[in-house]
Amino acid sequence: MPLLFDIKRYALNDGPGIRITVFFKGCPLSCIWCHNPEGIAPHPQKLYTAKRCIGCRSCIDACPAYALTVATAGIVTNPMLCTVCGQCVEACPTKAMEISGRKYKAEKIMKEIEKEIPFMDQSGGGVTFCGGEPLMQPTALADLLVRCGRLDLHRTVDTSLYASPATLSTIIPETDLFLVDLKLIDSAKHRYYCGAPNEGILANIRTVSEARKPFTIRIPLIEGINADDENLQASARFLAELPTRPHSLQFLPYHDLGHSKHAKLGTLYNPDRHPMSVPSSDHLAHARSIFALYGIEASVG
Amino acid sequence: MIIPQRAPGSASNFASAIESNVGGMNDRIKRLRTLSVEAEPSVSIERALITTGFYKENEGKYSVPVMRALNFLEICKRKTIYIGDDELIVGERGPRPKAVPTFPELTCHSVEDLQVLNTRELQRYAVGEKDIAAYAREVIPYWTGRSMRERIFGHVPQSWRALYEAGLFTEFMEQRAPGHTALDGKIYSSGLLDLKDRIAREIAGLDFINDPEATDRREELTAMAISCDAAIVFAERHAELAEQMAAELTNAKMLPERVVELYRIAEVCRRVPAHAPRNFREAVQMYWFVHLGTITELNGWDAMNPGHFDQHLQPFYEKETADGTLSRDQAKELLCCFWIKVNNQPAPPKVGITARESGTYNDFTNINIGGIRPDGSNAVSELSYMMLEIGEELHILQPGFSVHVGAATPERFLRAACKLIRQGHGYPSVFNPDVYVQEMLRQGKTLDDAREGGCSGCIEVGAFGKEAYLLTGYLNVPKILEITLNNGVDPLSGKLVGLQTGEASSFASFDSLYSAFVGQLHYIIDQKVKVSNYIDRMFAKYAPAPFLSLFIDDCIARGRDYYDCGPRYNTTYIQCTGLGTVTDSLSVLKTHVFGGTIGMDEMLKMLADNFRGHERQRQLILNRTPFFGNDNREADDLAGRIYNDLYAAIDGRPNTKGETFRLNMLSTTCHVYFGKVTGATPNGRLAFTSISDGTSPSHGADTHGPSSVVKSLGKLDQVRSGGTLLNLRFLPSLLKSDDNIAKLAALIRTYFALGGHHIQFNVVDTATLLAARQKPEDYRDLLVRMAGYSDYFNDMNADLQADIIARTEQEGF
Repeated sequence: MPLLFDIKRYALNDGPGIRITVFFKGCPLSCIWCHNPEGIAPHPQKLYTAKRCIGCRSCIDACPAYALTVATAGIVTNPMLCTVCGQCVEACPTKAMEISGRKYKAEKIMKEIEKEIPFMDQSGGGVTFCGGEPLMQPTALADLLVRCGRLDLHRTVDTSLYASPATLSTIIPETDLFLVDLKLIDSAKHRYYCGAPNEGILANIRTVSEARKPFTIRIPLIEGINADDENLQASARFLAELPTRPHSLQFLPYHDLGHSKHAKLGTLYNPDRHPMSVPSSDHLAHARSIFALYGIEASVG
Repeated sequence: MIIPQRAPGSASNFASAIESNVGGMNDRIKRLRTLSVEAEPSVSIERALITTGFYKENEGKYSVPVMRALNFLEICKRKTIYIGDDELIVGERGPRPKAVPTFPELTCHSVEDLQVLNTRELQRYAVGEKDIAAYAREVIPYWTGRSMRERIFGHVPQSWRALYEAGLFTEFMEQRAPGHTALDGKIYSSGLLDLKDRIAREIAGLDFINDPEATDRREELTAMAISCDAAIVFAERHAELAEQMAAELTNAKMLPERVVELYRIAEVCRRVPAHAPRNFREAVQMYWFVHLGTITELNGWDAMNPGHFDQHLQPFYEKETADGTLSRDQAKELLCCFWIKVNNQPAPPKVGITARESGTYNDFTNINIGGIRPDGSNAVSELSYMMLEIGEELHILQPGFSVHVGAATPERFLRAACKLIRQGHGYPSVFNPDVYVQEMLRQGKTLDDAREGGCSGCIEVGAFGKEAYLLTGYLNVPKILEITLNNGVDPLSGKLVGLQTGEASSFASFDSLYSAFVGQLHYIIDQKVKVSNYIDRMFAKYAPAPFLSLFIDDCIARGRDYYDCGPRYNTTYIQCTGLGTVTDSLSVLKTHVFGGTIGMDEMLKMLADNFRGHERQRQLILNRTPFFGNDNREADDLAGRIYNDLYAAIDGRPNTKGETFRLNMLSTTCHVYFGKVTGATPNGRLAFTSISDGTSPSHGADTHGPSSVVKSLGKLDQVRSGGTLLNLRFLPSLLKSDDNIAKLAALIRTYFALGGHHIQFNVVDTATLLAARQKPEDYRDLLVRMAGYSDYFNDMNADLQADIIARTEQEGF
């Protein structure tokens, strides 16, 4: 059974039309700018939203492990004692305590997906599997893709493509569109900022292209990490040399939404304080012009 | 007598012209718009003085219909005629733009009412000290004890009064005459003289030997004929004034271009409404005279409505643009003039000091754009697009307009409408003719009549030009549950107002509680219907509308008035409010009280305490209950069950016209008033806050995005109603790109494919609304969708503003 951390309806930015997006929990990468950090760990985690907490202490009473205490900033969980049993979540009246990561039966996921079908039909939408990294749970992903295929739904996989070629080969035939992040071309930097090298990723992008599968490239554009000319030129060159062009290319300008998510997890955002900032509109225009030199039209998502 | 001084404040209650928003308008339109926007709404006592004088002199000399018609003729003969600079379409209800007459024969304002109108903070109407004194001297003494309102209130039973005062329902006809009327296309092919010929033939054909009602018919038909003369006189007086103004300008050797325009105005006013219009301009002026006549004769709800205006004008437009006698710009200029004329007519102010139920200048003229033709084909034409443009460029309060999107409607028209929705002014609202035609067919209309129909006022459906569909008042459905939980007692007053259906603690199961609720519902509808039927007959007998009757088939053929079974169809609606609140409340009772997590006594205590000291339980309720609007089967099934029981309680009850009551699901602003008279409800809603609007989910209850809301609403069998209303608030960021526009269009189409009747959007973010509340002067033109209409955010009172802010903001993911 797949481990998911969310299913969102009326998703507008994860592929064509109105979509439903299924979030797989667990990711082999750990990009420092990640805005869905609860998607990284491949196991259930507790989230705490201080803003929702009314200080009723129902959770403290409910915790069998005595892992909770109250502090000025709200409820504090001692990770050494917490077993993520979920009893505090049951007791919490405001959903300040939540568990991120639940195993779903495929039938249950399909039931949710089917609810959105009227909108998909009307808008040319479909289903998007993202994460975390959906390819980290290849059997479950392939099963869902096949089930959606039987319903003739448009299937998008939003992935880093950090996966074995064998895994990818099982997914390609069941996928209608790939959304692929291209973060950094230099493998050493990629390893430094994302926690893993990128040779396999680049090879997999080539494989998708060779399979003549439509794919969209998305570049999270972060001043201080990958917005320099060298990386942009290398990225453009890499894409230009592929056998097929990406369906579209989007820059996703950096934002620091990761902060609040890390706060919920009780972890720190960008603990090493790498300088990261939002690219200016001039810089975005410049970045687009670099891709234009290689005949690739980029949009801003 | 001390007259309070007007409160200081901004000079105008309306937004000023913002240059960047008025692109596409020529200078004439800019000037007319500025005048309209900046004119202050005021009360004119002219009509009241004429009417009072006429009644004093003539009461008892004529039959009621003839008396009404002669009074209308007297007004048309004597009222001040206004032709403003720049105007091409002429005629005002009052002596000047934004001056509203009163209708003392229906509801007579007291001195105190007029003083309040003159001084209140919001929706002021200026009334001069001299006018108030004249009113006190001439008008009030005569109508005291004679006005319809007093005669009605003198007769209502105590059981009704108890429910009315507790806020279980409202009564429309205590303030204004029955209305909600829209026209079909007949006025574009026959003039009033043609109608007079028909009337004469009908009178000649009356059978005084065998028809016991022949005399009544003759009186009504005679009244109709007099009303034709009245409107013709009114138009001719405009022609005379235009000629006189032209002569003066000529003598002064001034403005030769305006002289030509004035002579043209005179020519048009001599042609219509006496004869059928020959061209586009005459057609627009024809409608405007009919509109003015209707809202001068009586103060019917929702003013008057041209119906499918683009369809009616299209033959003129196509012919004249083809033969070169009319350009697109000229047509647009004339339509802009018309639009501004509608904006010049604020709603007649209510009597009673608070007028809490509905606070707006908007008089609910709702122009239907697009949709389908009587043959079922797509009706979108160049004029439909032009009307969208005008709505966008003029950016004024009135008229409201709606786009009608059926399966046959082109995608590009829907997208053009979505782009206008994106602007965030709260219009246009979107209707589904494929569903509302079914609604009318179910009610027994013919296919042709149903397709000629549409939506007027807010969202109510009717066969244009052939139906009297009267809204009688709103029903406070959550309050019915409140008194059910208190054994018929209103806990706010401690008075027994309803049926004693048993103590809440005695209900052994959810179903026994639910049956008590349905029993209470039937009792309350009984009380409401009794008085509605009484009022219906009062209007039929004592306040007929012979002028309006001219335009509604088959009043002439039947020789009967619009209020007295003259129309081909006669529907009486009761509008049920708060479906979301009552569904969620019953869901809480089912889930928690009958599910064992909260005791009934504990629940009643929490409600009595308004949840003070029970925040943990309240949060549990808010976060752990299936609520309506989330595509959740349990909650949606419950909503469906309530909706079906409302339908069963109302639909099919006989009205006084041999037809039936029907269910309607709109709230206008009444959900705010109802909230103020309703204590805390089991769904966690605090006392005195607004209940849910229309058929929308409760504020904040829908947490799964717009597609889930649409799915939940789609599960109601909307065809059984005479209209539902769904408000969705969207963040501007959700509609940034053209790609998003296509997706909004898809959302609308999906809702309609699922059987939705109507949907409308507020596209504005919370930050903007909060900022507007803080610094109203910076947001004078912030128009938002309220209910079935748009209003200026800064014209709304704090409760309505809070209501708008609380509507769930739909995020995209």
